[in-house]
Amino acid sequence: MIDVVDYRAGNSPSVIYAFERLEIPCRLVAKPEEIADSERLVLPGVGAAAATLDSLRESDLLDPLTRRVRHDRVPFLGICIGLQVLFEHSEEGDTPGLAWLPGRVRRFPDDQRVPQIGWNAVQFTRSHPVVARLPEAGHYYFVNSYYADPGEAADTLGRTEYGVEFASVVARANVVATQFHAEKSGVLGLRLLENFAAWDGRC
Amino acid sequence: MLTKRLIACFDVIDGRVTKAQQFQDNIDVASAEDLAARLYDDQIDEIVFYDITASAEKRKIDLETVRRVAGHVFVPFTVGGGIRSVEDMFEVLKAGAEKISVDSMAVRNPEIIRDGAQAFGRQCIVLSTQVKRVGARAGIPSGYEVFIDGARAPTGLDAIEWVRRGEELGAGEIVVNSIDRDGTASGYDLEITRAVADAVNVPVIASGGAGGVDHIAAGLTDGGAQAAIISSILYSPRFDRNLGVRELKAGLAAVGVPLRPYLEN
Repeated sequence: MIDVVDYRAGNSPSVIYAFERLEIPCRLVAKPEEIADSERLVLPGVGAAAATLDSLRESDLLDPLTRRVRHDRVPFLGICIGLQVLFEHSEEGDTPGLAWLPGRVRRFPDDQRVPQIGWNAVQFTRSHPVVARLPEAGHYYFVNSYYADPGEAADTLGRTEYGVEFASVVARANVVATQFHAEKSGVLGLRLLENFAAWDGRC
Repeated sequence: MLTKRLIACFDVIDGRVTKAQQFQDNIDVASAEDLAARLYDDQIDEIVFYDITASAEKRKIDLETVRRVAGHVFVPFTVGGGIRSVEDMFEVLKAGAEKISVDSMAVRNPEIIRDGAQAFGRQCIVLSTQVKRVGARAGIPSGYEVFIDGARAPTGLDAIEWVRRGEELGAGEIVVNSIDRDGTASGYDLEITRAVADAVNVPVIASGGAGGVDHIAAGLTDGGAQAAIISSILYSPRFDRNLGVRELKAGLAAVGVPLRPYLEN
């Protein structure tokens, strides 16, 4: 069972539709006790990092989520804002993040259109079970004004260029996250979700 | 690099996709659900869905059809029509849309753009504009005026001033929909599309008039747009021959427009 964390600003229905299409059992979780015994977690997201964390905190989801992912090591997939909140700090609202990964989230330079909206190329930098069966370079759907700048180069699993080169996929231990919307990236995105559903959280 | 996008547009009445000419004489094409499934399978980059009678009939958007379409579409999906409040937006997002398109309602109440962007993020709010060439005059320096309510009602707003205001209020994308070109297959209005693309720093979407690959290419290059809305060319019964996404992308790639590659199996 895949538990998709539900909170007001999230686009969790799209993620549920995607897993349903793949015939993978999934449910929305919005209560702390549901997350406490979760086997596999997805944190989707749109909007702002601070609003996302506030929303999770107000719903008392942040502590069980952290415990389940950091202590119990269940496989975790963050999507879009679900990637950006993993780092130590975000320039968006000058706000601290979860600090599960070292690094910062920065704003794209203004000499191009921001937000970045559309299909951009992702180049995978190494193999990983969650990106198995995907082409080494492929196009995925992005919507972001901010991007991750990991403090540890080994955490970067995929790279993308939009004025700057940034980490579009990050992975460490049982945590993986995509800046792009895997649930809205057509066949390749669905394949990534399918890989995640089968992953044991090791790499 | 970030590629240009082909967006299929559905004008929906009672769950059916229809096709108009210059915002009139809608004819029936297919069920929204079936057409969405077919275009997703054909690797369209994005789908936008307008419930075109919701606003005039003063009713809420048809959420059941939104849900059914969302279940088939694993590319971005925008929904508009009859959105009056942040709560309306929330319902549409929970039904499976990623983005909300606001148009006539935003002219009546521009704060809805700000409220939506604050609640769901700028990327969620698409400002769609119906523009008509009226000639430069007092109050309309660009020569293009904004219309609302299915192109029936002039607003006295200058198109360029309105899109700038929309961007300031928090719109994450701007659709430039030419009333003069809608359904005519005579090409996008490149002049206003380019003027809008130069006036704002968010992505701009050309709409109204695409009848062939050359029109789409022109909108995405000379028009300065980041995305092109197409409909007739894909499915209008008024066309002798409709083109599929694969064929369109091959034609656009041949003239150097960067697009998400069509995946063969």
